[in-house]
Amino acid sequence: MAMKVYGPAMSTNVARVLVCLEEVGAEYEVVPVDMTTGEHKSPAHDARNPFGQVPAFQDGDLILYESRAISKYILRKGGSDLLRESNLAESAMVDVWLEVESGHFSSTMSPIIFQCLVVPFLGGETDTKIVQENLEKLKTALGVYEARLSRFKYLAGDFVSLADISHFPAAYYLLGGSHASVLDAYPHVKAWLAEVMDRPSVRKVVELMKLPSA
Amino acid sequence: MAPMKLYGATVSWNVTRCVVALEEAGAEYQIVPIDFATAEHKSPDHLARNPFGQVPAFQDGDLHLWESRAICKYVARKHKPDLLREGNLKESAMMEVCLEVEANQYTAALNPILYQCLVSPMFGGTTDQKVVEENLEKLKKVLEVYEARLAKHKYLAGDFLSLADLNHVSVTLCLLATPHASVFDAYPHVKAWWDGLMARPSVQKVAALMKPSA
Repeated sequence: MAMKVYGPAMSTNVARVLVCLEEVGAEYEVVPVDMTTGEHKSPAHDARNPFGQVPAFQDGDLILYESRAISKYILRKGGSDLLRESNLAESAMVDVWLEVESGHFSSTMSPIIFQCLVVPFLGGETDTKIVQENLEKLKTALGVYEARLSRFKYLAGDFVSLADISHFPAAYYLLGGSHASVLDAYPHVKAWLAEVMDRPSVRKVVELMKLPSA
Repeated sequence: MAPMKLYGATVSWNVTRCVVALEEAGAEYQIVPIDFATAEHKSPDHLARNPFGQVPAFQDGDLHLWESRAICKYVARKHKPDLLREGNLKESAMMEVCLEVEANQYTAALNPILYQCLVSPMFGGTTDQKVVEENLEKLKKVLEVYEARLAKHKYLAGDFLSLADLNHVSVTLCLLATPHASVFDAYPHVKAWWDGLMARPSVQKVAALMKPSA
């Protein structure tokens, strides 16, 4: 039976899960959740994700939520080496950079994506102050990334891991938005992102994110 | 073998999150204080340990880590892997969900409350009651979800103690030092779960560490 992912592919958190499914070659289906009609707050969705968010995930009778938890389950089940769990030091570095992705990269990108893409879509006006504040925080983070990627091929070391791939959804919107030039000052980051975006799994999910139904 | 080193001040709930894990894992460790008053956290020495200039930072031999939750995972994996259940797909998945919920929902709501009630006054600032009230409402929603979960299971991830339970301890101990500890009273299963954690020697030790020195 195919695994089910509940939520729109264009959501960064849904996309994160989809790329892991692609990485392990799992059979899956994306079940739409119409957030414009509040479907994510419906009783049916609440039973899958009590915080009323996307994604939710189902594999047989196992129901999960929180994209990074779902991602790890998928990778472990699929026998992927993207977590490096057989190596204490390597898996620790993967965990460090997953925390950095969540706490420093995606957390600053979220308000930027919301202000630049979602707010106008809903007919509102972008709050440029919020965008600028978060761009400054992003630059601080990018400085740290640049130093790291000047020494190592990937974030956790000289091996690709979930830590790198977990950046792709927010990076997709950054690269396609009006602030992509912020990356120009960080050449190693720019090159690393280009490589991540070029992975077959990422290309496939980007196509899903672009669909009108997404 | 040299004890593990944890860099930071025990007033920080991110630092003490790691102390709980170290105590539970029975690891040999020492706490190396970092003095915020003299901006030691922004010194070149500390930036070499944590490039974001934050605490905690951690060292085990020549492995250097930062981000409290990554440190906790490493300590558990090395010394008490039963806290992670990584050999069991379903149990480890539930554990990961609960770890994410602690960070993204529970502590996300608690952080502003602790900052307003404990940190701001320490620096001569005032407590913004509006921020406190807004986040207490968010916290209550999380506690409702926990109440439903703990009515069915002894611990958050299932009927086994896991790192997910332990990662809640440091921020919850801080909540007890604010006027809002009674928020737990409306959630009897959550209260019972917390009382059980408080009884653990590791938690008692950390509670004593966090008390301001006479």
